[in-house]
Amino acid sequence: MIQSYLAQGSTYAGDIDFLFDMIFWIVGVWFLISSGVFFWLVFKFRVSGNEGTAQYITGEEKSQKRWITIPHLLVLVCDVFIIWGAVRVWYDIKQHLPEPDREVRVITQQWAWTFVHPGQDGNFDTADDIHTVNELRLEKDAVYHYHLTSNDVMHDFSVPVFRLKQDAIPGRVITGWFTPTLLGEFDIQCAEICGIGHGLMPARLVVESAADHAAWMTEQSPVKFAAVAPQVGEN
Amino acid sequence: MAELIPTQPDPGHEDDHHHGEQSFVSKYLLSTDHKVIAMQYMFTGMAMALIGGFMAYAFRMQLAFPGMDVPFFGIVTPANYVALVTNHGAIMIFWVAMPVLIAAFGNYLIPLMVGCDDMVFPKINRLSYQVFLVSAIVLLSSFFVEGGGFGGAWTTYPPLSAKAEYNLTPLGSSLFIGAVGIEFIAFLLGGINFITTAMNSRAPGMKLYDIPMVIWMIVIASILFMVSVGPLLAGAIMLIFDQQLHTAFYDPNRGGDPVLWQHLFWFFGHPEVYVVLLPAVGITAEIITVFSRKKLFAYRTVLNTAIGTGVLSFCVWAHHQFISGIDPRMANVFTLTTLLISIPIAEMMFVYIATLYGGAIRLTTPMLWALAFIFEFLIGGVTGIFLGASGADIYMHDTYFVLAHFHYTFFPIAIIGTYAGVTYWFPKMFGKMMSDRLGKLHFWGTIIPFNFIFIPLFFLGAGGQHRRIYDFQNFPALAGEGMQDLRILATVSLVVMLGFQVVFFYNFIISLMRGEKAGKNPWKANTLEWTAESPPPHGNWKVLPTVYRGPYEYSVPGREKDYWPQDEPN
Repeated sequence: MIQSYLAQGSTYAGDIDFLFDMIFWIVGVWFLISSGVFFWLVFKFRVSGNEGTAQYITGEEKSQKRWITIPHLLVLVCDVFIIWGAVRVWYDIKQHLPEPDREVRVITQQWAWTFVHPGQDGNFDTADDIHTVNELRLEKDAVYHYHLTSNDVMHDFSVPVFRLKQDAIPGRVITGWFTPTLLGEFDIQCAEICGIGHGLMPARLVVESAADHAAWMTEQSPVKFAAVAPQVGEN
Repeated sequence: MAELIPTQPDPGHEDDHHHGEQSFVSKYLLSTDHKVIAMQYMFTGMAMALIGGFMAYAFRMQLAFPGMDVPFFGIVTPANYVALVTNHGAIMIFWVAMPVLIAAFGNYLIPLMVGCDDMVFPKINRLSYQVFLVSAIVLLSSFFVEGGGFGGAWTTYPPLSAKAEYNLTPLGSSLFIGAVGIEFIAFLLGGINFITTAMNSRAPGMKLYDIPMVIWMIVIASILFMVSVGPLLAGAIMLIFDQQLHTAFYDPNRGGDPVLWQHLFWFFGHPEVYVVLLPAVGITAEIITVFSRKKLFAYRTVLNTAIGTGVLSFCVWAHHQFISGIDPRMANVFTLTTLLISIPIAEMMFVYIATLYGGAIRLTTPMLWALAFIFEFLIGGVTGIFLGASGADIYMHDTYFVLAHFHYTFFPIAIIGTYAGVTYWFPKMFGKMMSDRLGKLHFWGTIIPFNFIFIPLFFLGAGGQHRRIYDFQNFPALAGEGMQDLRILATVSLVVMLGFQVVFFYNFIISLMRGEKAGKNPWKANTLEWTAESPPPHGNWKVLPTVYRGPYEYSVPGREKDYWPQDEPN
């Protein structure tokens, strides 16, 4: 369902969309059944004025309680499925960390993004690091590790097209991963309120082919402009 | 369980017991009468609801028509915008839902429904309202200090909330936290009263299982509130210290931890959802039984599910923090506990639906509100599953989907629940009937636009749009043409819905002036409040009632009348 609004731009986007659809169908069926029964009862037992007599049902007898306990157990079964699906997707995206092809630092501050590529030598904090502001260029199909930090308040690195979201916490470096699978230009949003400029903190994501990306890296290196590059300890 | 303390007048109450002439001030402003205090809470809550609703109007206009000069407000700047969304949330939860559902209905209903003359501690009760009023004034004053009102979301995450250099509201942020803290003191004072009165002052003969469900719900909610609020109050004090004394509880550069606040906040924040939910669920129970002339299906099950929900609600808080940098393994535990909450809540909904079976359903205005509560809350409930599932929450977190989900829980609770309660107990409160025709007009004029506000927001959320964004035009790939149309639809629906609230206030006033006399028991209900005069005098009854049976004995076979008041010997 989500993919009809937003393309799937990472290897795990499809998993999240599948989980969303699975939950949608499970809770959708429950919702239709319960609201169907609800409206049916309201219309069936509706009386006009003060006429009509009601039945006396305590709901305390076993034969009556069955109407509650059986659906109740079915809800539990559905819960098990949903928990299983959720934990599986969660493990893949947040708990497990595949070996990276490339790394990128994401540094947040009020109200801008700085992205740092390690450059040709593959190491951060060397002369050939490439800094970009409010634009993140990535290579398609490469496994990336991101190292997310904040210079001031909480921010959130959210890339809807990847289905990725992670808060940035001042004082911590949070490492996660993604693999872009779709060429093109997309939005990066800050998803954690970070002050009056929160809504004015967009960044562009550009996913390009390996060749284009290599050309861009060469063109950018050595650093042409000094971006805001605070020293944040790497762990 | 039947040994009770029926009619002992308590010492703090005596001086108010003379039913003679009282000046306006002592009758309405300094009264210790639970009914007057309930009205004070209710009207203050409604006034705050108007302010909170106006804020929603202002920021929704900005979202639909960016940069527009909003009528009655002006240009919404980014600083205005964040302050508006922050205070809208805080006001609607802490200064509308809490005072109306817990304090107003709790104060009004507990003594009347358990059959005693007043709260156990009337002066503490009066103090509770006065403290609450101070908190509301402190909050509203934050808009008029230098820097303006706080704009860091109602969740007030540090470091944004802790440092003026980040939030740019040096005084506003402290007044905000201070107001929330003061307000909690008010509800702690109220909670003591609610629990004690319901447990100790019940009419002779009223056993625990004879207590009307709404009273149980308010008592359980008060217990949840009192248990959960401590950590947050401690956290709030640390936050004010960080703001004003520059301590470093939440400052990572000096050894503090900003995520600590999130744990303290949500350890309170999630039970808080159930604190306001339960009274609304209780109100619904009273109304659907009366207007379907049915006994509540499985009374004890409802009570157990409420207690179960309450206990579980202390074990789910970190589902608000899945992506906030907690240990990822923790998310699995909290996914499990969160989804388990679906068990008692689903059971509660099933029980309510089952209660309708075999009834003689009268679609009066209060009944429509109660039925709407069940249906709309169902939507809020099922959409919560998406967010409780950690894997899906990675994408849905902080999107409009979350916003739509919790408005589908909080709107039924705070607005539908309140209207259900007010329209149902209005005859008791004021001795007049409300116009059913106007009531139904107001009902449909509220419910239909309500759905048109929030259903579009589910789609915006599924499309990846985040909350609290001032202007979507900065996100070209996300702010497609269709998305903007959905935002405009939501805003227009909000304006329509706010407009229809005029009908309610008109109905309220016109019914007060010219409404038909209600009599003691216009709905032919069983619970004790309907045996008192309408409106009940100070002291409630001349002779306090005695209880012989449970509250929901409707349509008992072999009886001539289809109701059987709790105080009738046979």
